[in-house]
This record gives sequence, C-alpha cells and structure tokens, in this order.
Amino acid sequence: MEWEVVIGLETHTQLRTKSKIFSGASTTYGAEPNTQACEVSIALPGVLPVLNKEAVKCAIKFGLAVNAEIAPRSVFARKNYFYPDLPKGYQISQYELPVVGKGSLTIQVGDTEKTIRITRAHLEEDAGKSVHGAQEGMSGIDLNRAGTPLLEIVTEPDMRSAAEAVAYAKKLHELVQWIGICDGNMQEGSFRCDVNVSVRPKGSDKLGTRREIKNLNSFKFMQQAIEYETRWQIETLEDGGKIEQATVLFNPDTGETRSMRSKEEANDYRYFPDPDLLPLEITEVDKSAVEAEMPELPQAMVARFVSDYKLSAYDADTLTSSRAIADYFEATVKAFGGEPKLAANWVMGSVAAKLNEEDKDISASPVSSTQLAGLLKRIADNTISNKIAREVFDAMWAGEGEADAIIEKKGLKQVTDSGAIEAIIDEVLAANVAMVEEFKAGKEKAFNALVGQCMKASKGKANPAQVNEVLKKKLG
Amino acid sequence: MSLSTTDVKRIAHLARIEISDTEAEATLQKLTGILGLIEQMQAVDTTGITPMSHSQDVTQRLREDVVTKTNQREEFQKIAPATENGLYLVPKVIE
Amino acid sequence: MINSSLKQLGAMLASKQISSVEMTQEFLDRIAQHNAELNAYITVDAEKSLAQAVAADQRIANGTAEPLTGIPIAQKDIFVAKGWKTTCGSRMLENFIGPYDASVIERFDAAGAVNLGKTNMDEFAMGSSNETSYFGGVKNPWDRSRVPGGSSGGSAAAVAARLCAAATGTDTGGSIRQPASLCGFSGLKPTYGLVSRYGMIAFASSLDQAGPMAKSCEDMALMMNVMTGFDERDSTSLQRDKEDYTRDLAKHESSDRPLAGLKVGQPREFFAEGLDATVAKVVQDAIEQYRKLGAEIVDISLPNTKLSIPVYYVLAPAEASSNLSRYDGVRYGHRAAQYTDLMDMYCKTRAEGFGAEVKRRILIGTYVLSAGYYDAYYLKAQQIRRLIAQDFEQAFKQCDIIMGPTAPGTAFRAGEKTNDPVAMYLEDLYTIAVNLAGLPGMSIPAGFAEVEGKNLPVGLQVIGNYFDEARMLNVGHAYQQVTDWHTRMPEGIA
Repeated sequence: MEWEVVIGLETHTQLRTKSKIFSGASTTYGAEPNTQACEVSIALPGVLPVLNKEAVKCAIKFGLAVNAEIAPRSVFARKNYFYPDLPKGYQISQYELPVVGKGSLTIQVGDTEKTIRITRAHLEEDAGKSVHGAQEGMSGIDLNRAGTPLLEIVTEPDMRSAAEAVAYAKKLHELVQWIGICDGNMQEGSFRCDVNVSVRPKGSDKLGTRREIKNLNSFKFMQQAIEYETRWQIETLEDGGKIEQATVLFNPDTGETRSMRSKEEANDYRYFPDPDLLPLEITEVDKSAVEAEMPELPQAMVARFVSDYKLSAYDADTLTSSRAIADYFEATVKAFGGEPKLAANWVMGSVAAKLNEEDKDISASPVSSTQLAGLLKRIADNTISNKIAREVFDAMWAGEGEADAIIEKKGLKQVTDSGAIEAIIDEVLAANVAMVEEFKAGKEKAFNALVGQCMKASKGKANPAQVNEVLKKKLG
Repeated sequence: MSLSTTDVKRIAHLARIEISDTEAEATLQKLTGILGLIEQMQAVDTTGITPMSHSQDVTQRLREDVVTKTNQREEFQKIAPATENGLYLVPKVIE
Repeated sequence: MINSSLKQLGAMLASKQISSVEMTQEFLDRIAQHNAELNAYITVDAEKSLAQAVAADQRIANGTAEPLTGIPIAQKDIFVAKGWKTTCGSRMLENFIGPYDASVIERFDAAGAVNLGKTNMDEFAMGSSNETSYFGGVKNPWDRSRVPGGSSGGSAAAVAARLCAAATGTDTGGSIRQPASLCGFSGLKPTYGLVSRYGMIAFASSLDQAGPMAKSCEDMALMMNVMTGFDERDSTSLQRDKEDYTRDLAKHESSDRPLAGLKVGQPREFFAEGLDATVAKVVQDAIEQYRKLGAEIVDISLPNTKLSIPVYYVLAPAEASSNLSRYDGVRYGHRAAQYTDLMDMYCKTRAEGFGAEVKRRILIGTYVLSAGYYDAYYLKAQQIRRLIAQDFEQAFKQCDIIMGPTAPGTAFRAGEKTNDPVAMYLEDLYTIAVNLAGLPGMSIPAGFAEVEGKNLPVGLQVIGNYFDEARMLNVGHAYQQVTDWHTRMPEGIA
C-alpha cells in the first residue's frame, strides 16, 4: 500500500521582550538559577499578573505578517496541571479566544510553492526548567524562564513530507526574526517546534491517529525525527499494529523517537478564563500603529526585487532569506548604482560562500556593502575582470583595504589598450601555430584555447571581450 | 448526575490530594449534598445569555516593557522547603 | 479609650493626651488578657507593632500625621506582610513569613497606622464560622459558646471585643458582612476593583474584595480613604479618581429627616422563607427607623436571589481549585516529611497542608471544571451570574439603596453546622449575590435578638449601586446618629 504522511506544527516562539509577560522580571538568557525569578515568577501567595504591552505588540506584528485575523477581543485562560517547573499549578495561556486567528504562510519546496494554513497564534507564558543531577534522586528547579512570553503558532495539518515541514519551520523562523519578535536562537530554546505526525493510505481523506514529537530545536533533528516517526508508523500499521495517540521525544543520539512516560491519566487541563486578567482589546488604531512600525515583509520585498531590480524569483527569494542579507544587498545596490544583477551575484556568490566557510553572519562580514559596491564599480567600468575581482575580493576580505587601493597596489588594472592587446595576441599566435592550424581546419574549440592563452599571457588582466574581438579579426 | 467513590478518587488525584478509601466515602456524601445544591441551576433557561466573568466591563490594562525586578533569590529561598545552589529541590522529575 | 471612634483616637494622639506607643501598648495588653479565650489573633508581634508606634509618634510630633497615623489596626491574616507570619488560617502556610507587603498593608503603613497583629480566619477564607481555621475557632465575644461568623472571624471578634481600634477583612461571599452582623459592628465590602487585591491571598479572584471592619460608618469612611485606590499591580484594580468617603457624613447631621428623598428598596426575597423571625423583626424595625429619617421604602424584587448560592458554589470553588494549586510544597509552605516520589510528595503535601473544607472546595472546583462538565456547571453559573447582576440593575432603577438582613440568623453554636456544609453555605444567602454582581454591601448593627436568654447582635445589610460607598456610609451614619447599637459592647471585655 502507498502511504501518505500528514504533518502539523505547533511552534513556541519566545518573544523578544525585556521583561516577562506578566511581571517586571528580566528575560535575559543564561543568568544564575532563580536570580530572575521575582515574586510573580515563583508564584508567591497574593501576587497577580499584569500583561506586557510589548508582548501584545509582537502578537499583532505576527498576525499582520501572516495576513491573519487579529481578534478585537481575546481572553486569557488558565491551563491547569501540576509540574514542578510550573509554579502556579497553571499556565496562563489563551484557549477559546486567541489573539491571532486564521492566517497563512507560503513556502517553497523545490520548484513548487505551497500555502500552509495557520490555525491560530496565542500568547502564553513559558515554564521554568528542571535541572538534573543536583542531588541523587532529586531534580533542581530554575524558574528564570518561567513567565517568558511565548507566541504559540499552530498550523493546520497541511504538510505532506518532512521536507515541507522543515521548509515551513525555516520560513517561520526567518519571518519571526524578520519582524523582530524573536531572536531565533534555537540552541537557547527561543524557537521550539512540536510536530504532529500521522500516516494514512494515500487517497484517504481521513486523518490517522497522530503522535506528537515534542520540543524539536533544530531543523536537522526535525527532518530526522519526522522521517523516523513516519517509517515507524507505517511499519507498525503494515505489521497489523495500531497507532496510539502519544507524545514522543526524539533522541538525536539514536535517531529514534520514543514515547514519554505514559501519563497516569489523560490530561484534563480544566481551562477557564483567568479571573486575574481582563479581556485583551485590540482596536483598529492599535493595529495601524503597529503596522506603521512593521518592516517590509519578505514576500513584498521579493516582488519588489523582481520588478525593480529585474531579478529572478529565485534570486529575490535567496536575497530575502534574512533581513540582514536583504539590507546588505540593497545597500550594495544603492552604493554601486549599476546593474543590480551583478550585486545579487556577488552577494549570493562570493560573499555567501565566504560567510559560509567561516560560519559568519552577514552582520559580521569584513567586507561592508559600501566596500563591495566599490569593487563592483571597477568591474562595471572594465577596470578589472570578474576573475581578477575575485582576487581583489579575497584581499578585501583579508582586510587589505578598499578595492581601488588593492588594484593599484597589486597592479591588477585590466589591460584595455588595443595596441597592448594586439601585441599579446601576436605573441600567442606566433607561439601556437598548431592551434591556429586546427582552428582554420574548423576546430572551434581551438579558438577558446587561444583566448585562454592570451588571458594567461596577460596574467588575466586583458579585457576578455577585447581579446575575443581582436583575435577573431586576426584569424578571420 | 451521581458521583461514585471512584469519581471522588479520580478528582482528588487530579487535584493532587491524597485520599484514603474511608475519606473518599465520607467526602462522597458531602460532595453529593453540595452537587445537589448546585443542580438547582439546571432549572434555569440561560439560552443566549452572555457568561459573566467580571463585574465591570473593562479591558486589560497593559504594562510597559520595563525590567523592574531585581534578584531576591536569597530572600525568597529562605522560606523554601529545600534548595541547593539556588535551585529548588524536588524528587526527580521523570519525562 | 477602647470605645472611642477613630476620629477621637486621632484627636487624642494629636493633642498628645496619649502617645501611639501607649495606645498600642494598651491594645496589646488587652490582647494578652483576652486572646487566649477568644483566639482572635494568630500572630501578635509587640516589638514590630511598637516600632511602628514609635515611628508614628515621630510623625505626629513633626506634623506629618494623617488621620490614621498612630492608630492600631488589626490585619486579617490573608494579607501578606513583610516579615510577618502570614498563614491564611492554614497549616499549609503555618511557617510562611511574608517576603513582601500586600497593597493594603503598604497603604496602612504609608498612612502611619500601626499593624497590631494578624487575625484568625477560616482557612483560605473558606467558611462562615471561622471553624475551618487550622489555628482553632474564634469565640463570639457576645456569647462564647457561639461562632463569630466567618471568614473574617478573628477581625470580627477583635473589633467586637475592642482588641483593636479597627480591623481589615475580606469578603468573597459575605466574609466581612456576616461576621459584622453576628458580632454587632460595622463592616463594608466595597465595589469590586476599588481595593487592590495585590498581596491578598486569593480565594476566588473574581469575587474577593477587602474592606474595613470597624465600630461605625464614620470609622469605616476613614479606613476606606486609606484602603481604596488604583494599583497598577492588580489588573482588576479600577482607575478612578481618589474619593473622600467622609465627605457626606456631616451633610445632614442637624436635620430631623436627614434622608428625605432617599428611596430604600426592600427585596421581597430577603424576607421570605429561611429568615429567622426574630432577626426579621429587628431588621424591619431598623428599616422603620429609616422611614422616620425621611427615607421612602419601596418594595422590590431580586428574583434570582436563591440561585446565588449554587452559582457561588460553582464559581468560587472553581477559581479556588486553581488558585490553590500553587501550594505544592516546592517553593514555600508545607512539604510532607515522607514521600516516595514527586507525585507522592504533591499528594501528601496537599493532603496534610489543607483542611477538610478547603479540600472539599478544591474537589468541587476541580470537578466542575473537568472535561465534560464545564458547560453544564461553570458556563451555566457564569450565565446565571449575569442574571443576578441584572436583577440589581433593574432594582436600582426603582430605588437608591437596598436594605435587608445580612444573615438569616444570629450567631450559631460552635459545631452546630460543621457537619453539614450545605447548611453552612446557606448562611450567605443574602450576601453572596452582592459579590457576584460586584456591588458594594455593608452590614451595620441594627439591634439584638433574644436567643436562649442571651441578646445576640443582628445586622442590617445595606447594598448600594457601583461606587456608591460614600452614600452608603452617609446612610449608615445617619442611622448611627439616632441609634446606639453600634456603641454597645459585649459583657466582660472592659
């Protein structure tokens, strides 16, 4: 039988606020245990929550970015369960009336575009952390993270492969950083995905029983976990087994998923509206104010790059993979003033390769956009060839200075003087009689070899177009 | 709606309150009385009535995003049952 | 001195007739003398109280005193106070030393009042007789075989026996008014949202409200001036201009008919079955007195009164079950000594830390919120809550103020209702609806009913429209100008 996998994601995005969602405690990562756990974070008797304005703003930004309905009135609810990292014995979340309603996000998998429907996004507070290995048989509880604002983003079960799920997660990861609501740091847990996986016979419109893979904090693990889980579910069904609804964890060491310790009872969270908080009202005015602060969104930017800079959709998409890259590209184009495609090629080519090689972010690039533009100008005005430009670029990367200075110092200026070029060509023709003969006998390839020889003789400095032209004339 | 001791024990477990069989039995009687009282509500037709969560029709006030709290760990952990190296200690948490 | 009003005490301090230290010491001596029997206070800390009195005397000396500066006030042990043991009447918090100050505590501190001690109460404010306190029941100073009412029973006994100048209480379903009625003094539950709940240990968040418990309406007005006000730490605190609750008190003092033009609604349902006949008589007499003061009495109906009890016993336990989940033995409070694992630690800690009534309410609350029952109970209760609020809205179209009994009877004997929670819950028949609607309600002494040869106090309940506390206090004050019920003291406490 042919099987189809059905995947939906729930992503916990830590919002980039200075203080917690319901108190004035700091959200800075990595502090000493419980030094950022104020009376509200540790749920002392009598304390009360007050909602952080910035967290609400982040939710509105996200809603606008995915074209979602933003609820004019949403409600905070208590999700009741006991866990040592949950100090109040309930998590303040949103249940029936979330702040962000239906929206969508378009992803690109290979050549195909696909729209993933977003069911909802709601504000809630993060829990603390259990630290093991404190004392034998004991766990230590650190509540620094308790109360950090989260936006939980839930999709419809719209993805049909691990690749699609990863593409969605990456796109979402890009977007939340783009609009500045999340730092995207997956190692620190700022962006965590729960993936719901089920399988069904291809063609069926009924959903299979799903298992939820919890807390994936890397795209690689996500891919592996979904692939393993899918295989496991198919094998189980083909062996005549049944899938039981379960929460599973992925073990990166074995590449396998395993069921969490089975709960002694089904979860019964006893949601009800939090009486300590009032309904959250978001007016059109609030929305417009946030909208005015919103950066241009990647999708709009792609469209603009295609129409204004005449870039291909692929190039535009690549250049908008992060706001920093897009900004770098645009700054380069502006300083350069020439053909945007040339700038695009350089940003996606040499710049990206170097960054990749050195595992650097574009913000740490040793070659600034202005410096890159300086180099591009010399390519455009034929001072240097593309090939020489790469040499200059490497020197710039190594901190040897501006393009012009390097070209000057190293004498890399392209030879465009037709007399000089003719002299080089004559020399090459004289030294390669056999090749000339071959060409004349109809071997087109010999022509390219001769061009190569000329370039080599000029140490790459001759203008290739000119060499071509003169050589043709001479052989013609 | 009638409650059984099994129900009482299930609810007690959900609320994380240890309850013996005899306690469950005694509790059952009292809870049944209270639920009988509560049952009076079912006679009222509430179709179309908006539930009331708060007595005033006001909306949530928002706080500026400012860090106002300082480290009070020492003070707060003075009243904790068990701590070590700034962590609250509990019997091992198993996932 | 012990029967003096707050205003008189303030004047005595201002004129240096007595210092705050002396006044505080005198109340501490009275507590030392009577508390062993009455059990009104859980915690008394003479050193702390006297230190505050010293500071108050300095304020009086340098001319920065406010009306309550130097006056000893008892605080219900539900308010977290920094450095003070704050138990909420529970074993769970038996050794809990408050690491911060509740808003109410801060406000009294800022006013220069002296915290005289923390008063006994039903555990987590769940009870109507103070018998659920882990620290033992409180005796009614009028008849020590009887309960003072609850949950603010300790504050009630302290005010009635003059073991403080005034006290604070909290009222979720009648916990200020019912003990005020049973102990013969004045108690006011303000409009929900007027007094910050920050630092007041939560029972049922959407109903809890703190208020004054004092000898007279005039005293309560002074207390309200201190207690009310916007607090940004409580999302349900209302942003309103500060009021002076004493402003109307002197208005009609010289008139024969000071309340001419006032329409008093008398709800039929408050005088129906369930009301003790002797109590009914006292309340009717009080209302008759109001007619003499110029008020017009109109018959009104609050048809859903009876439903307020079932609605309350869904909503309050539901909120409480969640509010009390934080007591898990991890960060503070009681932790069981013996346990096998985390689950066992939770279950034993909570089984040991909570008393029977609290556990019962947690179980009810857990049940009504659990899967499959939410709509039938919680949602339904919230819908009827609206109907109850609408009853008052209609009523206030026909009258300015509502009057009736506070409690269906007088103080009952200790142990009389402890085995029948439903009978105990009916104690709050006339008070609960006010909390559900979020309205202000007050109980003032209206006389005595003879029960088994003893005279027991009876309270008159006065219910006002939202934010109408100043008028209510004026209405109560007018009555207290022509009656002396509020000045009567129980025997054997002088």
